[in-house]
Amino acid sequence: MGFEPGNPLELPLLLSLVPAGFPSPAEDYIDQHLDLNDHLVSHPAATFFVRASGVSMSGADIEPGDILIVDRALEPTSGRIVIAALDGELTVKRLRHHSSRVFLEPANPAFKPIEITPETDFEIWGVVTYIIHKA
Amino acid sequence: MPTFALVDCNNFYCSCERVFAPQLAKRPVVVLTNNDGCIIARSPEAKALGFKMAEPEFQARARLKRHNVAVFSSNYALYGDMSARVMSTLAPLTPRMEVYSIDEAFLDLAGMQEDVRIYCVRIREIVRQRTGIPVSIGIGPTKTLAKAANKLAKKNPSFEGVLDLTQEAGREQHLAKLEVGDVWGIGHRHAKRLQARGVSTALEFIRMPREWVLKKMTVVGLHTWLELNGIPCISLERATPPKKSIISSRSFGRPITTLEEIEEAMSRHASRAAEKLRGEGGQASAIQVFIETNTFNENQPQYCQAASMALVPPTSHASEIVRRGRETLTRIFRPGFRYKKVGVMLSGIESEATAQLSLLREPDERGKRLMDVLDRVNAKWGSGTLSLAASGIKRPWSMRQDYRSPRYTTVWDEIPDVRIG
Repeated sequence: MGFEPGNPLELPLLLSLVPAGFPSPAEDYIDQHLDLNDHLVSHPAATFFVRASGVSMSGADIEPGDILIVDRALEPTSGRIVIAALDGELTVKRLRHHSSRVFLEPANPAFKPIEITPETDFEIWGVVTYIIHKA
Repeated sequence: MPTFALVDCNNFYCSCERVFAPQLAKRPVVVLTNNDGCIIARSPEAKALGFKMAEPEFQARARLKRHNVAVFSSNYALYGDMSARVMSTLAPLTPRMEVYSIDEAFLDLAGMQEDVRIYCVRIREIVRQRTGIPVSIGIGPTKTLAKAANKLAKKNPSFEGVLDLTQEAGREQHLAKLEVGDVWGIGHRHAKRLQARGVSTALEFIRMPREWVLKKMTVVGLHTWLELNGIPCISLERATPPKKSIISSRSFGRPITTLEEIEEAMSRHASRAAEKLRGEGGQASAIQVFIETNTFNENQPQYCQAASMALVPPTSHASEIVRRGRETLTRIFRPGFRYKKVGVMLSGIESEATAQLSLLREPDERGKRLMDVLDRVNAKWGSGTLSLAASGIKRPWSMRQDYRSPRYTTVWDEIPDVRIG
């Protein structure tokens, strides 16, 4: 898929004993390179990269500038970090189901969770699977 | 009985823009051609406001502003990538698929155990969830009926995006609601002639005598007539080429496993597509490459993938198209599979004449003459006799793209921002 750049990150693989398992269709080639896409992207056609913006908050999982890997093929279940289209804007929140009610929890614990009601202009855009944070 | 499903993305370019800009959900949206010349895509709201296809932007400008329409330059990096995502999502859901244009694909669903309509409702949900693109699906025993069903599914919201015309019962009442000019394969000229004879709907058309159709509309018209009557004449891969896309693809005679072999086949398709493109005097804005294994062979590992690249500026030059095709193929090729098919699609096709028309910039005649010379030499002494130095010569003119949205999915600096809150 269109993950630029066209040059996958190629790292030499340290050959080691691999436990017996399902043979990979690419096993003849396994001693070539490690491609981070294989590790981080399960559904290429449904995976998008987005960048977090806003103000830094202590205790939050995500900081401004982080790249988030978003997999739209996954079912958004309670407790997952999701990208939500809320009032016409893409935001990152944690999804929480409480009995039959649905909440979006902000990353900042000082803010109150937002309850999703039928009137809310809201849609789950995708599920965040990885956070790429510069060390 | 054959069963075809035509999956068609709704207002594709506008839908691509909306995936990454949810604030546009309720605003009318239009997309302009290369160089921002004319309207090329409209959201339903923009259609309802009376904006026309191919309407020049300068004529529409005041009205666009008055109605607060969101106006975009075409962004083929985005549309091509989103198209590849839609096609890659569809491919594993059907034993056979034919990419028909940047936003359409025929699926061969013959012999399905479960209810085809229910299956297509699910396909629609899967594509919507995974890519954000809404699609409509028409189902029929022939491609022409699948197309007709699709058209009707789009028109009538109560069908919720899927209409099944596989059963003869009830089909006629649907065809009565389809204008004859909207039938796949009936061109403007024939539609006018038919209307003059009082034939204004698809139903009235299939009630015309077969002899009359053959005599007045040749065998092509007869095929359309037979297909609308439920008799298949157009198999997968043998359809009238769609407008604004050129496709070249073919299944291999035997399974192919190496990149070199696929590359060779891909290059042939790319050259052929480029040739067709030049024959039409067109330039393409995006190239898509798709590869697939034999999905019938369930015991083998399966892999279907498509990817795309924008051609900037739009080009009709074979070696450029082949080179971009190679780059795209390299991105999706995975070793270890037995490939059955490779294909190339050129899209965002505009005529060379309009593509180069720009009020602000002089088209580069020198560059074009150079391409003509290259083409002629290559035609005479074989492709590749002359080619461009890897990155040396670039056409210095650039497109006018005043309202282009970010290339959300293909350029790191332009990926969507999400607010931490």
